[in-house]
Amino acid sequence: MDKIPILRMGAFLLVTIQVDLYDRLALNLEADLVQMVNKTSAKGVLIDISAVSIVDSFMGRIIGNIASMSKILDAETVVVGMQPAVAITLIELGLPLKGVHTALDMEKGMNLLKSMIDTSGDDEDDDQSAYDLITE
Amino acid sequence: MSLTTSQLLQKKKKNILELWMKNQLADEGLREDLISNEDLRIQSEELVDSLVGNLTSDNFTDLDSDEWSPVIEILGGIAITRARQGFSPRETGAFVFSLKEALLAVLQGEIIDDPKKLFEESLKINRLMDNLSVVTFETFIKGREEVILRQTDEIAEISTPVIRVWDGILALPIIGTLDSARTQIVMENLLQEIVETGSSIAILDISGVPAVDSLVAQHLIKTVSATRLMGAECIISGIRPEIAQTVVHLGIDLSNIVTKSTLASALQHAFKVMRLEVKKVIVKNN
Repeated sequence: MDKIPILRMGAFLLVTIQVDLYDRLALNLEADLVQMVNKTSAKGVLIDISAVSIVDSFMGRIIGNIASMSKILDAETVVVGMQPAVAITLIELGLPLKGVHTALDMEKGMNLLKSMIDTSGDDEDDDQSAYDLITE
Repeated sequence: MSLTTSQLLQKKKKNILELWMKNQLADEGLREDLISNEDLRIQSEELVDSLVGNLTSDNFTDLDSDEWSPVIEILGGIAITRARQGFSPRETGAFVFSLKEALLAVLQGEIIDDPKKLFEESLKINRLMDNLSVVTFETFIKGREEVILRQTDEIAEISTPVIRVWDGILALPIIGTLDSARTQIVMENLLQEIVETGSSIAILDISGVPAVDSLVAQHLIKTVSATRLMGAECIISGIRPEIAQTVVHLGIDLSNIVTKSTLASALQHAFKVMRLEVKKVIVKNN
């Protein structure tokens, strides 16, 4: 059975989805990732979906779920490299993925994660702004 | 009288063509600027050949029969070219109707001694040519509609340019009403450009949008959300006071979207987000 590798890089977890996700695979990824976040007490999760060309509402929900679950376990989720067609599809499906941070590519996603981790370690005001970002 | 009408007309093909050409050339609405007399002659000859050649005594009224398809094809071709060349409907109509007159005149000259037969045959010719004119008009209008559709596509294509105003900042001025089809094009262009340039901020300028109703607002929100999903921020600028009024009266919630009144202030906001600073250079005179 296929498995999507979850790589650890410092305080972050990297997930690169190279195949089109089918439901079972997505559910396994969700379970594995939450386990991993717990085990490594990661501060951020970076999901690269640049190779994903097909999404459905189930996939959209799984990504949303992963973000919410990681948030509960104190890790931020950033989705990077979404294809234009995928973005349009998700919007048309009515899934704007609120609560999920997004970035254009791996590098920008990494910077975003770093800046979020930094600000959450800072004083009260910055904490507040980080919170605003998430609830947006 | 031994000859049937169709045979008679076949025999008189040359006369018909000459008479028809004379009619056409004598017409005040002749458009020598659009089509040369020679071309007109070639067109007319082709049509008369095909029409008279396919004429048999029993297929006068049945335009669906296979024998008529070459005639309809030629007529359709002429109508479409005329639509593209910019002939008016009246001129295209006159083209077919003058043929009818030529046919009737020839017929009249041949069976002058039998009024009953003349009447019957004229009626048949009349019916046939009326049917053919209807076909011509149909094709003519179809040709015009194709021209309009192509122009609509072109307008949609050129009216949504994505401009790179700064490294990492894109601007997209929208001019004209936003409907679903246009939003789709705008969204696709914008997202594609974001991927290609790796921009992190997109400014959607709606100063050229005449009115914003709930549907347009929804389209805007969709575009902004899609941009956000790609990992870029989207700012809406160029909101006029009237539009602000309508949006609030309609109860549309734009609080999750950064909105600015002018493109300049949107750009300023973008600079701030990207931590860029624009400074005036002070020249020292010494």
